[in-house]
Amino acid sequence: MIKGKAHKFGANIDTDAIIPARYANLTVPEELGNHCMEGIAPDFSQKVLTGDIIIADTNFGCGSSREVAPISIKGAGVAGVIAKTFARIFFRNAINIALPLLQCPEAVDNTEQDDELEIDLTSGKIKNLTKNIVFSAAPYPDFIREIIDAGGLLNYAKKSR
Amino acid sequence: MTITEKILASHSGKKKVTAGEFVNVNIDLVMSHDLSAGIAIQQFKKAGFQKVFDPQKVVMVMDHYVPNKDVMCATQNVELREFAREHKIVFYPEGKGGICHVILPEKGFILPGEVVIGADSHTCTYGALGAFSTGMGSTDTAVAMATGKIWMKVPPTIKFVYNGTLPEWIGGKDLILMTIGKIGVDGALYSAMEFTGEIVAQISIADRMTMANMAIEAGAKAGIFHVDQKTLEYIKPLSNRPYEVFESDKDADYTQVVEFDVSNLEPQVALPSLPENVRPVSTFRNVKIDQAVIGSCTNGRLEDLRIAAKLIKGQKVHPDVRCIVIPGSQQVYLEAMQEGLIEAFIRAGAVVSTPTCGPCVGGYMGILAAGEKCISTTNRNFVGRMGSPHSEIYLSGPAVAAASALTGTITAPKEVTQS
Ligand code: SF4
Repeated sequence: MIKGKAHKFGANIDTDAIIPARYANLTVPEELGNHCMEGIAPDFSQKVLTGDIIIADTNFGCGSSREVAPISIKGAGVAGVIAKTFARIFFRNAINIALPLLQCPEAVDNTEQDDELEIDLTSGKIKNLTKNIVFSAAPYPDFIREIIDAGGLLNYAKKSR
Repeated sequence: MTITEKILASHSGKKKVTAGEFVNVNIDLVMSHDLSAGIAIQQFKKAGFQKVFDPQKVVMVMDHYVPNKDVMCATQNVELREFAREHKIVFYPEGKGGICHVILPEKGFILPGEVVIGADSHTCTYGALGAFSTGMGSTDTAVAMATGKIWMKVPPTIKFVYNGTLPEWIGGKDLILMTIGKIGVDGALYSAMEFTGEIVAQISIADRMTMANMAIEAGAKAGIFHVDQKTLEYIKPLSNRPYEVFESDKDADYTQVVEFDVSNLEPQVALPSLPENVRPVSTFRNVKIDQAVIGSCTNGRLEDLRIAAKLIKGQKVHPDVRCIVIPGSQQVYLEAMQEGLIEAFIRAGAVVSTPTCGPCVGGYMGILAAGEKCISTTNRNFVGRMGSPHSEIYLSGPAVAAASALTGTITAPKEVTQS
Protein backbone atom coordinates (compact mmCIF):
# COMPACT_ATOMS: atom_id res chain seq x y z
CA MET A 1 0.00 0.00 0.00
CA ILE A 2 1.29 3.45 -0.99
CA LYS A 3 0.00 6.65 0.56
CA GLY A 4 1.17 10.17 -0.20
CA LYS A 5 0.64 13.54 -1.79
CA ALA A 6 0.24 14.05 -5.53
CA HIS A 7 2.76 16.10 -7.48
CA LYS A 8 1.28 16.97 -10.83
CA PHE A 9 3.16 17.30 -14.13
CA GLY A 10 2.11 17.80 -17.77
CA ALA A 11 2.62 15.77 -20.95
CA ASN A 12 5.93 14.61 -22.50
CA ILE A 13 8.05 14.94 -19.37
CA ASP A 14 11.40 13.87 -20.80
CA THR A 15 14.33 12.25 -19.06
CA ASP A 16 16.43 15.43 -19.42
CA ALA A 17 13.77 17.14 -17.30
CA ILE A 18 13.67 14.26 -14.82
CA ILE A 19 17.45 14.17 -14.41
CA PRO A 20 19.78 16.30 -16.55
CA ALA A 21 22.65 14.32 -18.13
CA ARG A 22 25.23 16.28 -16.14
CA TYR A 23 24.16 14.23 -13.12
CA ALA A 24 24.01 10.94 -15.00
CA ASN A 25 27.34 9.78 -13.58
CA LEU A 26 25.99 9.83 -10.03
CA THR A 27 25.25 6.35 -8.75
CA VAL A 28 23.80 6.88 -5.27
CA PRO A 29 19.98 7.00 -5.59
CA GLU A 30 19.57 9.68 -2.89
CA GLU A 31 22.14 11.95 -4.58
CA LEU A 32 20.30 11.54 -7.87
CA GLY A 33 17.07 12.22 -6.00
CA ASN A 34 18.41 15.62 -4.92
CA HIS A 35 18.33 16.69 -8.58
CA CYS A 36 15.11 14.96 -9.57
CA MET A 37 12.90 17.12 -11.84
CA GLU A 38 15.46 19.92 -11.50
CA GLY A 39 15.01 21.02 -15.09
CA ILE A 40 11.29 21.79 -14.81
CA ALA A 41 10.58 22.03 -11.08
CA PRO A 42 13.76 23.16 -9.31
CA ASP A 43 12.16 22.93 -5.84
CA PHE A 44 10.72 19.43 -6.35
CA SER A 45 13.35 17.56 -4.37
CA GLN A 46 12.82 19.88 -1.39
CA LYS A 47 9.04 19.63 -1.50
CA VAL A 48 8.63 15.91 -2.07
CA LEU A 49 8.16 13.64 0.95
CA THR A 50 8.86 9.94 1.14
CA GLY A 51 5.84 8.06 -0.15
CA ASP A 52 4.59 10.86 -2.43
CA ILE A 53 3.25 10.14 -5.90
CA ILE A 54 3.96 11.72 -9.29
CA ILE A 55 0.96 12.32 -11.54
CA ALA A 56 1.64 13.05 -15.20
CA ASP A 57 -0.13 13.30 -18.52
CA THR A 58 0.89 11.34 -21.65
CA ASN A 59 4.32 9.99 -22.69
CA PHE A 60 5.98 10.31 -19.28
CA GLY A 61 9.72 9.55 -19.40
CA CYS A 62 10.25 10.13 -23.12
CA GLY A 63 13.74 10.75 -24.47
CA SER A 64 16.94 9.07 -23.43
CA SER A 65 17.29 5.55 -22.05
CA ARG A 66 19.10 6.71 -18.92
CA GLU A 67 18.17 4.43 -16.09
CA VAL A 68 19.10 7.17 -13.61
CA ALA A 69 15.73 8.74 -14.48
CA PRO A 70 13.59 6.21 -12.57
CA ILE A 71 16.40 5.77 -10.04
CA SER A 72 16.35 9.51 -9.27
CA ILE A 73 12.56 9.42 -8.85
CA LYS A 74 12.90 6.55 -6.42
CA GLY A 75 15.87 8.25 -4.76
CA ALA A 76 13.76 11.37 -4.17
CA GLY A 77 11.39 9.20 -2.14
CA VAL A 78 8.59 8.96 -4.71
CA ALA A 79 6.66 5.74 -4.20
CA GLY A 80 5.00 5.51 -7.61
CA VAL A 81 4.06 7.30 -10.84
CA ILE A 82 0.57 7.50 -12.32
CA ALA A 83 0.35 8.68 -15.95
CA LYS A 84 -1.92 8.48 -18.97
CA THR A 85 0.85 6.77 -20.95
CA PHE A 86 4.54 6.03 -20.42
CA ALA A 87 7.43 6.11 -22.89
CA ARG A 88 8.56 2.54 -23.47
CA ILE A 89 12.20 2.57 -22.36
CA PHE A 90 11.27 4.43 -19.19
CA PHE A 91 8.55 1.85 -18.54
CA ARG A 92 11.01 -1.04 -18.80
CA ASN A 93 13.60 0.70 -16.67
CA ALA A 94 11.11 1.47 -13.92
CA ILE A 95 9.77 -2.09 -13.82
CA ASN A 96 13.33 -3.41 -13.78
CA ILE A 97 14.26 -1.38 -10.71
CA ALA A 98 10.86 -1.89 -9.06
CA LEU A 99 9.47 1.65 -9.27
CA PRO A 100 5.69 1.12 -9.52
CA LEU A 101 4.03 2.70 -12.58
CA LEU A 102 0.30 2.88 -13.05
CA GLN A 103 -1.48 3.77 -16.26
CA CYS A 104 -4.77 5.46 -15.43
CA PRO A 105 -6.02 8.49 -17.43
CA GLU A 106 -9.07 8.99 -15.16
CA ALA A 107 -6.91 9.29 -12.06
CA VAL A 108 -4.72 11.84 -13.83
CA ASP A 109 -7.69 13.96 -14.93
CA ASN A 110 -9.30 13.88 -11.49
CA THR A 111 -6.31 14.57 -9.28
CA GLU A 112 -4.92 17.95 -8.38
CA GLN A 113 -1.60 19.05 -6.95
CA ASP A 114 -1.31 18.04 -3.27
CA ASP A 115 -4.34 15.72 -3.28
CA GLU A 116 -3.85 12.82 -0.90
CA LEU A 117 -3.70 9.46 -2.72
CA GLU A 118 -3.66 5.83 -1.69
CA ILE A 119 -2.63 3.05 -4.08
CA ASP A 120 -3.12 -0.67 -3.66
CA LEU A 121 -0.50 -2.14 -5.98
CA THR A 122 -1.93 -5.64 -6.00
CA SER A 123 -5.40 -4.62 -7.12
CA GLY A 124 -4.35 -1.51 -9.04
CA LYS A 125 -6.91 0.56 -7.12
CA ILE A 126 -6.07 4.24 -6.78
CA LYS A 127 -8.00 6.17 -4.13
CA ASN A 128 -8.09 9.96 -4.13
CA LEU A 129 -8.64 10.51 -0.40
CA THR A 130 -9.05 14.28 -0.80
CA LYS A 131 -11.87 13.90 -3.31
CA ASN A 132 -13.03 10.49 -2.19
CA ILE A 133 -13.01 8.86 -5.63
CA VAL A 134 -11.60 5.45 -6.59
CA PHE A 135 -9.97 4.60 -9.93
CA SER A 136 -8.66 1.37 -11.44
CA ALA A 137 -5.32 1.33 -13.22
CA ALA A 138 -4.77 -0.85 -16.30
CA PRO A 139 -3.56 -4.28 -15.13
CA TYR A 140 -0.02 -5.36 -16.09
CA PRO A 141 0.31 -8.06 -18.75
CA ASP A 142 1.00 -11.47 -17.11
CA PHE A 143 4.56 -11.54 -18.38
CA ILE A 144 5.42 -8.22 -16.74
CA ARG A 145 3.60 -9.26 -13.58
CA GLU A 146 6.02 -12.22 -13.40
CA ILE A 147 9.01 -9.86 -13.51
CA ILE A 148 7.49 -7.68 -10.81
CA ASP A 149 6.66 -10.71 -8.68
CA ALA A 150 10.22 -11.98 -9.04
CA GLY A 151 11.39 -8.67 -7.58
CA GLY A 152 12.71 -7.10 -10.77
CA LEU A 153 14.50 -8.24 -13.89
CA LEU A 154 17.77 -9.36 -12.30
CA ASN A 155 16.02 -11.88 -10.08
CA TYR A 156 13.76 -12.94 -12.90
CA ALA A 157 16.73 -13.56 -15.22
CA LYS A 158 18.61 -15.48 -12.54
CA LYS A 159 15.58 -17.65 -11.90
CA SER A 160 14.92 -18.44 -15.56
CA ARG A 161 18.53 -19.15 -16.48
CA MET B 1 4.21 -10.28 -41.46
CA THR B 2 6.15 -7.02 -41.53
CA ILE B 3 9.94 -6.96 -41.77
CA THR B 4 10.03 -6.25 -38.02
CA GLU B 5 7.81 -9.23 -37.19
CA LYS B 6 9.89 -11.50 -39.43
CA ILE B 7 13.16 -10.51 -37.79
CA LEU B 8 11.74 -11.00 -34.30
CA ALA B 9 10.20 -14.36 -35.27
CA SER B 10 13.49 -15.57 -36.71
CA HIS B 11 15.30 -14.58 -33.52
CA SER B 12 12.86 -16.19 -31.13
CA GLY B 13 12.60 -19.58 -32.80
CA LYS B 14 9.10 -18.98 -34.13
CA LYS B 15 7.51 -19.27 -37.54
CA LYS B 16 5.16 -16.41 -36.87
CA VAL B 17 4.74 -13.61 -34.35
CA THR B 18 2.04 -10.99 -34.10
CA ALA B 19 2.04 -7.48 -32.65
CA GLY B 20 1.50 -7.46 -28.91
CA GLU B 21 2.99 -10.91 -28.36
CA PHE B 22 5.79 -11.27 -25.78
CA VAL B 23 8.89 -13.00 -27.14
CA ASN B 24 12.28 -13.92 -25.78
CA VAL B 25 14.67 -12.73 -28.47
CA ASN B 26 18.21 -13.90 -29.23
CA ILE B 27 20.34 -10.88 -29.87
CA ASP B 28 23.23 -10.44 -32.28
CA LEU B 29 24.88 -7.50 -30.56
CA VAL B 30 24.60 -5.54 -27.35
CA MET B 31 26.07 -2.07 -27.03
CA SER B 32 26.66 0.28 -24.12
CA HIS B 33 28.57 3.52 -23.71
CA ASP B 34 30.31 5.53 -21.02
CA LEU B 35 27.07 7.05 -19.69
CA SER B 36 25.09 3.82 -19.54
CA ALA B 37 27.69 1.10 -18.96
CA GLY B 38 28.39 2.09 -15.35
CA ILE B 39 25.00 1.00 -14.03
CA ALA B 40 24.93 -1.98 -16.41
CA ILE B 41 28.20 -3.24 -14.93
CA GLN B 42 26.90 -2.60 -11.42
CA GLN B 43 23.77 -4.65 -12.18
CA PHE B 44 25.79 -7.34 -13.95
CA LYS B 45 27.85 -7.82 -10.80
CA LYS B 46 24.88 -7.52 -8.47
CA ALA B 47 23.15 -10.35 -10.30
CA GLY B 48 26.24 -12.48 -9.86
CA PHE B 49 26.84 -12.95 -13.57
CA GLN B 50 30.33 -14.31 -14.22
CA LYS B 51 30.78 -13.73 -17.91
CA VAL B 52 29.28 -12.15 -21.01
CA PHE B 53 27.44 -14.44 -23.44
CA ASP B 54 29.85 -13.77 -26.31
CA PRO B 55 32.70 -11.22 -26.02
CA GLN B 56 32.61 -10.57 -29.77
CA LYS B 57 28.98 -9.51 -29.52
CA VAL B 58 29.32 -7.14 -26.61
CA VAL B 59 30.53 -3.67 -27.58
CA MET B 60 31.37 -0.75 -25.33
CA VAL B 61 31.97 2.69 -26.78
CA MET B 62 33.45 5.71 -25.03
CA ASP B 63 31.70 8.69 -26.59
CA HIS B 64 29.53 10.82 -24.33
CA TYR B 65 32.00 12.48 -21.97
CA VAL B 66 35.35 11.61 -23.51
CA PRO B 67 38.14 12.61 -23.53
CA ASN B 68 37.24 12.55 -19.81
CA LYS B 69 35.43 15.78 -19.01
CA ASP B 70 35.97 15.73 -15.25
CA VAL B 71 37.24 13.65 -12.34
CA MET B 72 33.94 11.85 -11.89
CA CYS B 73 33.92 10.62 -15.51
CA ALA B 74 37.60 9.78 -15.36
CA THR B 75 37.01 7.64 -12.28
CA GLN B 76 34.02 5.83 -13.72
CA ASN B 77 35.79 5.22 -17.02
CA VAL B 78 38.55 3.36 -15.19
CA GLU B 79 35.92 0.85 -14.10
CA LEU B 80 34.58 0.55 -17.64
CA ARG B 81 38.02 -0.15 -19.05
CA GLU B 82 38.65 -2.78 -16.38
CA PHE B 83 35.39 -4.53 -17.19
CA ALA B 84 36.18 -4.44 -20.91
CA ARG B 85 39.64 -5.94 -20.30
CA GLU B 86 38.41 -8.59 -17.92
CA HIS B 87 35.64 -9.81 -20.23
CA LYS B 88 37.61 -9.24 -23.45
CA ILE B 89 34.65 -7.47 -25.03
CA VAL B 90 34.92 -5.18 -28.04
CA PHE B 91 35.99 -1.80 -26.70
CA TYR B 92 36.29 1.56 -28.46
CA PRO B 93 38.08 4.17 -26.37
CA GLU B 94 38.49 7.77 -27.51
CA GLY B 95 40.84 7.98 -30.47
CA LYS B 96 39.75 4.62 -31.87
CA GLY B 97 36.05 5.02 -32.49
CA GLY B 98 33.64 7.89 -32.11
CA ILE B 99 29.93 8.19 -31.41
CA CYS B 100 28.45 4.71 -30.95
CA HIS B 101 25.70 5.01 -33.55
CA VAL B 102 28.13 6.32 -36.14
CA ILE B 103 30.83 3.71 -35.63
CA LEU B 104 28.81 0.50 -35.24
CA PRO B 105 27.43 0.59 -38.80
CA GLU B 106 30.71 2.03 -40.12
CA LYS B 107 32.74 -0.87 -38.70
CA GLY B 108 30.45 -3.62 -39.96
CA PHE B 109 28.81 -4.54 -36.66
CA ILE B 110 25.34 -4.17 -38.14
CA LEU B 111 23.96 -6.35 -40.91
CA PRO B 112 20.43 -6.75 -42.33
CA GLY B 113 18.09 -8.99 -40.39
CA GLU B 114 20.03 -8.73 -37.13
CA VAL B 115 18.70 -7.83 -33.70
CA VAL B 116 20.69 -5.21 -31.83
CA ILE B 117 20.14 -3.92 -28.31
CA GLY B 118 21.84 -0.84 -26.97
CA ALA B 119 21.87 0.99 -23.68
CA ASP B 120 21.03 4.16 -25.54
CA SER B 121 17.70 5.34 -26.87
CA HIS B 122 19.06 6.14 -30.34
CA THR B 123 20.07 2.53 -30.93
CA CYS B 124 17.13 2.55 -33.36
CA THR B 125 19.58 4.13 -35.87
CA TYR B 126 20.64 0.72 -37.20
CA GLY B 127 17.22 0.11 -38.73
CA ALA B 128 18.65 2.04 -41.67
CA LEU B 129 20.43 -1.19 -42.68
CA GLY B 130 17.36 -3.42 -42.34
CA ALA B 131 18.24 -4.59 -38.82
CA PHE B 132 15.90 -4.49 -35.84
CA SER B 133 17.52 -2.35 -33.19
CA THR B 134 16.19 -0.70 -30.10
CA GLY B 135 17.29 1.12 -26.98
CA MET B 136 17.07 -0.26 -23.47
CA GLY B 137 18.15 0.80 -20.01
CA SER B 138 21.18 -0.41 -18.15
CA THR B 139 19.56 -3.30 -16.26
CA ASP B 140 18.10 -4.76 -19.45
CA THR B 141 21.52 -4.35 -21.02
CA ALA B 142 23.24 -6.13 -18.12
CA VAL B 143 20.91 -9.11 -18.58
CA ALA B 144 21.41 -9.03 -22.34
CA MET B 145 25.21 -8.95 -21.94
CA ALA B 146 25.07 -12.02 -19.73
CA THR B 147 22.38 -14.10 -21.41
CA GLY B 148 22.34 -12.97 -25.05
CA LYS B 149 18.59 -12.75 -24.77
CA ILE B 150 16.02 -10.08 -24.04
CA TRP B 151 12.26 -10.07 -23.60
CA MET B 152 10.28 -7.91 -25.94
CA LYS B 153 6.75 -7.16 -26.89
CA VAL B 154 6.41 -7.41 -30.67
CA PRO B 155 5.58 -3.85 -31.72
CA PRO B 156 2.81 -2.96 -34.14
CA THR B 157 4.13 -1.29 -37.31
CA ILE B 158 3.20 2.05 -38.84
CA LYS B 159 4.20 2.40 -42.48
CA PHE B 160 5.44 5.73 -43.80
CA VAL B 161 5.52 6.25 -47.56
CA TYR B 162 7.51 9.15 -49.02
CA ASN B 163 6.70 9.99 -52.64
CA GLY B 164 7.39 12.79 -55.12
CA THR B 165 10.70 14.31 -56.10
CA LEU B 166 13.35 15.37 -53.64
CA PRO B 167 13.83 19.17 -53.60
CA GLU B 168 17.30 20.71 -53.31
CA TRP B 169 18.77 20.91 -49.78
CA ILE B 170 16.26 18.40 -48.42
CA GLY B 171 17.73 15.45 -46.54
CA GLY B 172 16.79 12.73 -44.10
CA LYS B 173 16.60 15.23 -41.23
CA ASP B 174 13.93 17.29 -42.99
CA LEU B 175 11.90 14.17 -43.78
CA ILE B 176 11.96 12.88 -40.22
CA LEU B 177 11.35 16.30 -38.62
CA MET B 178 8.38 16.79 -40.94
CA THR B 179 7.10 13.34 -39.97
CA ILE B 180 7.44 13.95 -36.22
CA GLY B 181 5.81 17.35 -36.70
CA LYS B 182 2.83 15.56 -38.27
CA ILE B 183 2.41 12.64 -35.85
CA GLY B 184 3.78 14.14 -32.61
CA VAL B 185 6.34 12.99 -30.07
CA ASP B 186 4.17 10.04 -29.07
CA GLY B 187 2.68 9.47 -32.52
CA ALA B 188 4.43 6.12 -32.88
CA LEU B 189 4.55 5.15 -29.19
CA TYR B 190 5.69 1.51 -28.75
CA SER B 191 5.50 0.98 -32.55
CA ALA B 192 7.97 0.24 -35.30
CA MET B 193 8.18 2.90 -38.01
CA GLU B 194 8.73 1.35 -41.44
CA PHE B 195 10.09 3.93 -43.89
CA THR B 196 9.30 3.28 -47.56
CA GLY B 197 8.53 4.96 -50.88
CA GLU B 198 10.32 6.19 -53.96
CA ILE B 199 12.09 8.98 -52.05
CA VAL B 200 13.61 6.49 -49.63
CA ALA B 201 15.24 4.70 -52.56
CA GLN B 202 16.88 7.98 -53.62
CA ILE B 203 18.40 9.03 -50.31
CA SER B 204 21.77 7.90 -48.95
CA ILE B 205 22.36 5.38 -46.19
CA ALA B 206 23.51 8.33 -44.05
CA ASP B 207 20.13 10.01 -44.58
CA ARG B 208 18.36 6.78 -43.69
CA MET B 209 20.38 6.59 -40.48
CA THR B 210 19.30 10.14 -39.65
CA MET B 211 15.67 9.12 -40.08
CA ALA B 212 15.85 5.83 -38.17
CA ASN B 213 17.84 7.64 -35.44
CA MET B 214 14.93 9.93 -34.67
CA ALA B 215 12.21 7.25 -34.61
CA ILE B 216 12.53 7.39 -30.82
CA GLU B 217 11.58 11.08 -30.99
CA ALA B 218 8.13 9.91 -32.11
CA GLY B 219 8.08 7.43 -29.20
CA ALA B 220 8.83 4.48 -31.49
CA LYS B 221 10.58 1.29 -30.44
CA ALA B 222 12.38 1.02 -33.77
CA GLY B 223 12.69 2.58 -37.21
CA ILE B 224 13.36 0.28 -40.12
CA PHE B 225 14.14 0.39 -43.83
CA HIS B 226 14.04 -2.34 -46.44
CA VAL B 227 17.34 -3.55 -47.86
CA ASP B 228 18.15 -2.36 -51.37
CA GLN B 229 21.18 -2.04 -53.65
CA LYS B 230 22.49 0.90 -51.62
CA THR B 231 22.36 -1.13 -48.42
CA LEU B 232 24.18 -4.04 -50.01
CA GLU B 233 26.89 -1.78 -51.42
CA TYR B 234 27.29 -0.13 -48.02
CA ILE B 235 27.79 -3.35 -46.06
CA LYS B 236 29.77 -5.28 -48.68
CA PRO B 237 33.25 -4.01 -47.82
CA LEU B 238 32.55 -4.08 -44.08
CA SER B 239 31.79 -7.66 -43.14
CA ASN B 240 31.79 -11.29 -44.32
CA ARG B 241 29.35 -12.47 -41.70
CA PRO B 242 26.32 -14.24 -43.16
CA TYR B 243 23.04 -12.37 -42.92
CA GLU B 244 19.44 -12.72 -43.99
CA VAL B 245 17.33 -10.13 -45.77
CA PHE B 246 13.69 -9.87 -44.72
CA GLU B 247 10.89 -8.14 -46.59
CA SER B 248 7.42 -7.14 -45.43
CA ASP B 249 4.67 -9.25 -47.01
CA LYS B 250 2.19 -7.58 -49.33
CA ASP B 251 -0.59 -8.38 -46.88
CA ALA B 252 1.37 -7.41 -43.77
CA ASP B 253 -0.56 -5.84 -40.92
CA TYR B 254 -0.02 -2.11 -40.40
CA THR B 255 -1.83 -0.14 -37.74
CA GLN B 256 -1.58 2.86 -40.01
CA VAL B 257 -0.19 3.85 -43.40
CA VAL B 258 0.90 7.48 -43.66
CA GLU B 259 1.77 8.91 -47.08
CA PHE B 260 3.64 12.09 -47.89
CA ASP B 261 4.38 13.88 -51.15
CA VAL B 262 7.59 15.74 -50.41
CA SER B 263 8.00 17.53 -53.77
CA ASN B 264 7.35 20.93 -52.19
CA LEU B 265 8.97 20.28 -48.84
CA GLU B 266 11.08 23.10 -47.44
CA PRO B 267 13.95 22.53 -45.00
CA GLN B 268 12.41 21.90 -41.59
CA VAL B 269 13.27 23.34 -38.18
CA ALA B 270 11.98 22.20 -34.78
CA LEU B 271 11.44 25.00 -32.28
CA PRO B 272 12.14 24.61 -28.59
CA SER B 273 11.39 22.48 -26.61
CA LEU B 274 9.97 19.42 -28.36
CA PRO B 275 11.01 17.79 -31.65
CA GLU B 276 7.37 17.98 -32.80
CA ASN B 277 7.32 21.81 -32.91
CA VAL B 278 8.29 21.76 -36.56
CA ARG B 279 8.00 24.67 -39.03
CA PRO B 280 9.39 25.27 -42.52
CA VAL B 281 12.54 27.38 -42.43
CA SER B 282 10.96 30.22 -44.42
CA THR B 283 8.65 31.04 -41.50
CA PHE B 284 11.60 32.11 -39.35
CA ARG B 285 12.21 35.85 -39.37
CA ASN B 286 15.29 37.20 -37.68
CA VAL B 287 15.70 34.50 -35.04
CA LYS B 288 19.23 35.28 -33.81
CA ILE B 289 21.43 32.40 -32.77
CA ASP B 290 24.48 32.30 -30.52
CA GLN B 291 25.71 28.84 -31.46
CA ALA B 292 25.46 26.37 -34.32
CA VAL B 293 26.26 22.71 -33.71
CA ILE B 294 26.93 20.36 -36.62
CA GLY B 295 27.49 16.77 -35.55
CA SER B 296 25.98 14.00 -33.37
CA CYS B 297 24.71 10.50 -34.10
CA THR B 298 21.93 12.12 -36.12
CA ASN B 299 24.00 14.26 -38.50
CA GLY B 300 27.70 13.70 -37.81
CA ARG B 301 28.48 11.57 -40.87
CA LEU B 302 30.68 12.48 -43.82
CA GLU B 303 27.66 13.24 -46.02
CA ASP B 304 26.43 15.74 -43.42
CA LEU B 305 29.79 17.47 -43.15
CA ARG B 306 29.98 17.69 -46.94
CA ILE B 307 26.66 19.53 -47.05
CA ALA B 308 27.75 21.94 -44.32
CA ALA B 309 31.15 22.51 -45.95
CA LYS B 310 29.57 23.20 -49.30
CA LEU B 311 27.86 26.23 -47.77
CA ILE B 312 30.62 27.30 -45.39
CA LYS B 313 33.66 26.93 -47.68
CA GLY B 314 35.18 30.29 -48.53
CA GLN B 315 32.76 32.12 -46.18
CA LYS B 316 33.11 33.33 -42.61
CA VAL B 317 31.06 32.24 -39.62
CA HIS B 318 29.03 35.22 -38.37
CA PRO B 319 30.99 37.14 -35.69
CA ASP B 320 28.25 36.60 -33.08
CA VAL B 321 28.02 32.84 -33.63
CA ARG B 322 30.09 30.00 -32.18
CA CYS B 323 30.01 27.30 -34.84
CA ILE B 324 30.99 23.88 -33.51
CA VAL B 325 31.62 21.05 -35.95
CA ILE B 326 31.96 17.54 -34.51
CA PRO B 327 32.77 14.67 -36.86
CA GLY B 328 30.90 11.58 -35.69
CA SER B 329 33.89 9.24 -35.75
CA GLN B 330 37.63 9.11 -36.24
CA GLN B 331 37.00 7.77 -39.73
CA VAL B 332 34.62 10.59 -40.58
CA TYR B 333 37.18 13.05 -39.21
CA LEU B 334 39.96 11.57 -41.33
CA GLU B 335 37.93 11.47 -44.51
CA ALA B 336 36.65 14.99 -43.91
CA MET B 337 40.25 16.08 -43.54
CA GLN B 338 41.31 14.32 -46.75
CA GLU B 339 38.45 15.97 -48.62
CA GLY B 340 39.40 19.41 -47.32
CA LEU B 341 36.20 19.86 -45.33
CA ILE B 342 37.99 20.37 -42.03
CA GLU B 343 40.17 23.07 -43.57
CA ALA B 344 37.07 24.80 -44.90
CA PHE B 345 35.50 24.82 -41.43
CA ILE B 346 38.64 26.07 -39.72
CA ARG B 347 39.26 28.81 -42.27
CA ALA B 348 35.65 29.93 -41.81
CA GLY B 349 36.23 30.32 -38.08
CA ALA B 350 34.47 27.22 -36.82
CA VAL B 351 35.54 25.03 -33.90
CA VAL B 352 36.32 21.49 -35.04
CA SER B 353 36.24 18.99 -32.20
CA THR B 354 37.35 15.43 -31.71
CA PRO B 355 34.45 12.95 -32.14
CA THR B 356 32.19 13.06 -29.06
CA CYS B 357 28.55 13.58 -28.12
CA GLY B 358 29.67 16.82 -26.51
CA PRO B 359 26.98 19.48 -26.39
CA CYS B 360 24.22 17.21 -27.73
CA VAL B 361 23.57 15.91 -24.24
CA GLY B 362 24.81 19.01 -22.44
CA GLY B 363 27.99 17.34 -21.25
CA TYR B 364 30.62 19.80 -22.40
CA MET B 365 32.10 21.33 -25.58
CA GLY B 366 29.42 23.96 -26.13
CA ILE B 367 27.14 24.46 -23.15
CA LEU B 368 24.57 27.23 -23.47
CA ALA B 369 24.04 30.10 -21.01
CA ALA B 370 20.60 31.33 -19.95
CA GLY B 371 18.98 33.26 -22.77
CA GLU B 372 21.15 31.76 -25.51
CA LYS B 373 19.84 30.15 -28.66
CA CYS B 374 21.44 27.35 -30.65
CA ILE B 375 20.65 25.79 -34.00
CA SER B 376 21.73 22.18 -33.88
CA THR B 377 21.76 19.11 -36.09
CA THR B 378 21.21 16.93 -33.00
CA ASN B 379 17.95 15.16 -32.19
CA ARG B 380 16.53 16.64 -28.98
CA ASN B 381 15.62 20.20 -28.07
CA PHE B 382 14.24 19.47 -24.61
CA VAL B 383 14.49 22.12 -21.89
CA GLY B 384 18.08 22.29 -20.62
CA ARG B 385 19.38 19.55 -22.90
CA MET B 386 22.38 21.66 -23.97
CA GLY B 387 22.91 23.61 -20.78
CA SER B 388 20.88 26.21 -18.93
CA PRO B 389 17.17 25.43 -18.60
CA HIS B 390 16.69 28.96 -19.91
CA SER B 391 18.55 28.34 -23.17
CA GLU B 392 16.84 27.28 -26.39
CA ILE B 393 17.63 24.66 -29.02
CA TYR B 394 16.34 24.65 -32.60
CA LEU B 395 16.81 21.40 -34.53
CA SER B 396 17.61 21.25 -38.24
CA GLY B 397 19.63 19.42 -40.84
CA PRO B 398 23.24 20.38 -41.63
CA ALA B 399 22.30 22.73 -44.48
CA VAL B 400 20.14 25.03 -42.35
CA ALA B 401 22.62 24.89 -39.45
CA ALA B 402 25.52 25.87 -41.74
CA ALA B 403 23.55 28.62 -43.47
CA SER B 404 22.49 30.00 -40.09
CA ALA B 405 26.06 29.91 -38.79
CA LEU B 406 27.00 32.26 -41.64
CA THR B 407 24.17 34.76 -41.25
CA GLY B 408 23.68 34.65 -37.48
CA THR B 409 19.94 34.04 -37.84
CA ILE B 410 17.96 30.92 -38.76
CA THR B 411 18.34 30.89 -42.51
CA ALA B 412 17.39 28.75 -45.50
CA PRO B 413 20.39 27.31 -47.36
CA LYS B 414 19.26 28.82 -50.67
CA GLU B 415 19.65 32.31 -49.13
CA VAL B 416 23.40 31.93 -48.79
CA THR B 417 24.37 30.14 -51.98
CA GLN B 418 26.09 32.46 -54.38
CA SER B 419 25.05 31.76 -57.94
S1 SF4 C 1 25.18 12.21 -30.09
FE1 SF4 C 1 23.59 12.85 -28.66
S2 SF4 C 1 21.82 11.58 -29.09
FE2 SF4 C 1 23.60 10.64 -30.08
S3 SF4 C 1 24.34 9.12 -28.65
FE3 SF4 C 1 25.45 11.02 -28.24
S4 SF4 C 1 24.27 12.09 -26.68
FE4 SF4 C 1 22.96 10.50 -27.52
